Amino acid sequence: MKHYDLVVIGGGPAGLAAALAAYEQGIGNILILERDNQAGGILNQCIHNGFGLHRFKEELTGPEYAGRFIELVKQTDIEVRTDTMVLELDENRVLHTVSPQHGYEAIQAGAVILAMGCRERTRGAISIPGARCSGIFTAGAAQRFLNMEGYMVGKRVVILGSGDIGLIMARRMTLEGAKVLACVELMPYSGGLTRNIVQCLNDFDIPLYLSHTVTDIRGKNRLEQVVVSQVDEKRNPIPGTEMVFDCDTLLLSVGLLPENELSRQAGVEIDPRTNGPVVWENRECSIPGVFACGNVLHVHDLVDYVSAESEQAGKAAAAYLQGLRPEGPEIRLKNGNGVGYTVPQRFHKGAESLEIFFRVRAIYKNAAIRVMDGEAQIARFKREHMAPGEMETVKLPKVLLDRVKGDSLTVEIEESTVGDGSPVPQA
Amino acid sequence: MKEIICITCPKGCHLKVDEESFTVTGNACPRGAVYGANELRNPVRVVTSTVVVEGPQRRLPVKTDRPIPKGKMFEVMEEIAKVRITGPVKVGDVLIPNVAGTEGNVVATKNLP
Repeated sequence: MKHYDLVVIGGGPAGLAAALAAYEQGIGNILILERDNQAGGILNQCIHNGFGLHRFKEELTGPEYAGRFIELVKQTDIEVRTDTMVLELDENRVLHTVSPQHGYEAIQAGAVILAMGCRERTRGAISIPGARCSGIFTAGAAQRFLNMEGYMVGKRVVILGSGDIGLIMARRMTLEGAKVLACVELMPYSGGLTRNIVQCLNDFDIPLYLSHTVTDIRGKNRLEQVVVSQVDEKRNPIPGTEMVFDCDTLLLSVGLLPENELSRQAGVEIDPRTNGPVVWENRECSIPGVFACGNVLHVHDLVDYVSAESEQAGKAAAAYLQGLRPEGPEIRLKNGNGVGYTVPQRFHKGAESLEIFFRVRAIYKNAAIRVMDGEAQIARFKREHMAPGEMETVKLPKVLLDRVKGDSLTVEIEESTVGDGSPVPQA
Repeated sequence: MKEIICITCPKGCHLKVDEESFTVTGNACPRGAVYGANELRNPVRVVTSTVVVEGPQRRLPVKTDRPIPKGKMFEVMEEIAKVRITGPVKVGDVLIPNVAGTEGNVVATKNLP
């Protein structure tokens, strides 16, 4: 069986950055497996700008951002195999792969980095009633059709969900001559970045209906109408609030799910809150020698953060291959008031420092993030503004970690006692 | 005072801009001050799109190499729609100089072999 020190599953931004980081730590024998016909992952279809401000201090488009990493990988001995599907990963780090060039091949890996990214939730996942006509796409599928294959998917468009891909597609379809009638969001707040509300909807006078959803789909062959209704606090449609839109296209931007079929099959422990692997501070999963980074671990807002996290995983995989293991007793991270999940979910007490990534469950103004060791507060971070659509992060230095007494820390939101209070009710 | 959200980076600072002096508060970085003042005087945007490739890759992504006046976005799109290329093209190659009289150039954002 062919052997590689490190096999990275996925040649998107996470996989490229992880492989490069491991290479820089002296790992020579690295293979990246990519199922598409080119590396770069989803960035290839994200032709809009706004990537790389943290990383490169300039504003790049998706293909430019990916291109920088692809060029760096080309200067190394890292092998990139495209058109290659991983069928199965087992607990002994054997990968069963299939590709036109190599046929079926089993590969033994010293360490594995999971970097498969995420996929879109579909109509089936949110159970929209109505006709099963054509003209209903996930926003990302429409984005690929338009930006890579060169097909317009429709002329009169309604977008369900205000996630970033939906917002970006509202602008993109408008610029290409389509009429985007509305963006409809079930929640009382947008799931996308505020800047995208401004530059993708407001710039083109596209209305955003918060606390609304699609309640019927009509059309014989092609989509003809969608019905949109307001929802109450329990997200149930309110009768009598129906609006009918004549449209030929419905784009769904209703969330992303980490793509963990391979991880589950291998027996990697999955966190039901992130739908990604449970990881240590070095992004190692429950199976030793298997690491995870990027959107397969938890869905990120910014590729810059994906790159940073992936470098951490790449370095950790290199350390693992060099026989270095993190030390210290296990401390679990728990989600307190207002916190939806944390990554990592656990860490070794001996860690040099700890950066905790998490999402809040509601919009908060003038609130604070508290890290609790039992009843004792060990750190507090003020935040003017927090929203579920924007990932939060806090960093705990080693001095604080050394002082931890319990076997778990809780991350929680302290709601405001001054000013306008929180959570903020939305119109 | 006009309240706007900065779109310079994904952070999305909530800016307050004085309508007379164009002074900006609430920005976390100097780019926000520039954006806030410009947004009231002459709003500008980078336009990204694709051009037709006469070959198997079908589309090549492009952008304006600087922000162009917001009101010119659709004119720029019309210019981009006229382009047909075969390659080779490198990232940064100018495909349309001074697009729609904006002084911005439309440049490739991906290599085309």
